[in-house]
Amino acid sequence: MAAVKRPPLPVILVANDLLEGDVVFAAEHGWTLDPRVAKVARDEATAEALEAFGASESRQSKVVDPYLVDVELTPEGAPVPRHYRELLRTLGPSNRRDLGKQADYEI
Amino acid sequence: MYRYDEFDERLVRERVAQFASQVERRISGALTEDEFRPLRLKNGLYLQLHAYMLRIAVPYGTLNARQLRQLARIGDVYDRGYGHFTTRQNLQFNWPKLKDVPAILGLLADVEMHCIQTSGNCIRNVTADHFAGVAYDELEDPRPVAELLRQWSSLHPEFDWLGRKFKIAVSGAPHDRAVLKSHDVGVRILRDPATGEIGYQILAGGGLGRTPMEGKVLRAFLPREKLLAYIEAILRVYNLEGRRDNKYKARIKILVHEIGLEAFRQLVEAEFAQIDSPQNDVDGEEFARIKSYFSAPAYEALSDVSRKLEEAQAQDEELARFVEHNLFRHKQKGYTALTISLKKIGQAPGDATSRQMRVIADLAEKYSFDELRVTHMQNIVLPHVRLDDVAEIFATLRAEELGEANIGLITDILSCPGLDYCALATARAIPVAQDLARHFADPRKQKEIGDINIKISGCINACGHHHVGNIGILGLEKKGAESYQITIGGDASENYALGELLGPGLPAEVVPEAIDKVLAVYLAQRQPGESFIEAYRRLGLAPFKTAFKEIADAVA
Repeated sequence: MAAVKRPPLPVILVANDLLEGDVVFAAEHGWTLDPRVAKVARDEATAEALEAFGASESRQSKVVDPYLVDVELTPEGAPVPRHYRELLRTLGPSNRRDLGKQADYEI
Repeated sequence: MYRYDEFDERLVRERVAQFASQVERRISGALTEDEFRPLRLKNGLYLQLHAYMLRIAVPYGTLNARQLRQLARIGDVYDRGYGHFTTRQNLQFNWPKLKDVPAILGLLADVEMHCIQTSGNCIRNVTADHFAGVAYDELEDPRPVAELLRQWSSLHPEFDWLGRKFKIAVSGAPHDRAVLKSHDVGVRILRDPATGEIGYQILAGGGLGRTPMEGKVLRAFLPREKLLAYIEAILRVYNLEGRRDNKYKARIKILVHEIGLEAFRQLVEAEFAQIDSPQNDVDGEEFARIKSYFSAPAYEALSDVSRKLEEAQAQDEELARFVEHNLFRHKQKGYTALTISLKKIGQAPGDATSRQMRVIADLAEKYSFDELRVTHMQNIVLPHVRLDDVAEIFATLRAEELGEANIGLITDILSCPGLDYCALATARAIPVAQDLARHFADPRKQKEIGDINIKISGCINACGHHHVGNIGILGLEKKGAESYQITIGGDASENYALGELLGPGLPAEVVPEAIDKVLAVYLAQRQPGESFIEAYRRLGLAPFKTAFKEIADAVA
């Protein structure tokens, strides 16, 4: 079987909450709405574990469409997606700074 | 306006109950996302970049005040206090929660609205000329035909699971304001030059997206009573012969292109011959019943000109500008179709707050026989306004940040939500529209440039109609960054044309400057009275391309 293609490390796990639709991030325990406290996988084993957690939570109808996103780390250690699409998902609409996580968490 | 009969009412209520049960089963885990996705899409519910999105059908763009107030209420209670009017005359809410959607659908059903067939591989909401029933140049109101098609296509057992989505538009005027040639099927009401009889020209195989195609005339003249049988023949041929191996090639435009118009026509005509019979004709009584809902309101006998408005204009430059740009010639003397711009400079095109929706609903009730239209250009029309009332309406609009006098001008920009909301997008579109509107905000500059439209899509699916923009902008990803390709020469009207690419993609911040270069060619070389698109047709692509190259080279 071919190796599963994952984005380059470090990565975080992103999904949508089934009930609310909100973008959620796998945290140390469960899920968080705050991208800054997403659990960062710096090695393959942790990335694999995150992925397995996402698949299991998806099977249990807690989240929808979980996938790994490659990130950079701020000096404080908070993950910031490298790709602009994923970065927007952690913030909210760029034309409405009063909405989304950018407003909720003053990011 | 059409009112639901007991069948419409039951159908919509049943669907609310069905979807409520499906949501319940999804939440309990009885349905997987793969099982649920096609069901939610059939009810207009998407999962977007930040949240769920609910698309509400506004059949042929027609609304009344009660409906718009209900949308405002839904926006306040279940969303974030605003909605987005789309390029297909619908309304989208960007932040609903899955568990609330059954309640929202119930509120919609209370005002004869729903989300059925606003998504998924089925016949979508039928669109029409937003000046239907009021335009000076109209042969006949297209809305009864659009309503007939809506009823026929709603939950059609054979066409409920097509290879891809299928879009139909109807127009009753020689000037095409419904972008007929961008649709899978376009229906143009016309008079047979030979007999004088009113019937339909049927266009097929149009579409935008990654492979834009101009709709072609399939039938030059179709007798009225044959409409449904003929459209059924088109749909059946498409459903049977259209590709299903590749979703990007599963549209009717690809079938028509691959087998050729003549072969496609033969298949349709052969199928039509099989089913054409008096019993498959449009029921005259039923059509008359539908038509009766769209009869003209009780207009007053008024004079052609309004002294009251003229005097008010003389006192108020902004009102004069509004009158110049936002009024459309009505078929009834003393009346006008007034377009409310949802393109205030710096605003996201098509967005309206719940408060603004209520204000517009009040205006419709007070001044426009309780009727409203949503345009594919993402504005709202009060279709039956007395010229005498325009100044009062404008005063209210201006106070509510709805008084922008820019219809048909360069800041009346059509834009899809782009990557700020849409999961399919490859780049943002709204901020590009906002920057351009700010760049061209000066009313004198706008007037100098004259009639022109900019249309922006955030991906190749072309919800922002960029292919048919006089200036089209397509946002893509290039080397991990947003990049914008610019086309010119597109035309959505009866002089339909697809735009031509000027050169390589540019970063967003350079787009206004690039458009300045293009406009400089036009302003320098235009003849008196010549619009941008007319000048482009005369001059060709070359001079614009040369001007564009300067900036593209500088960026490269």
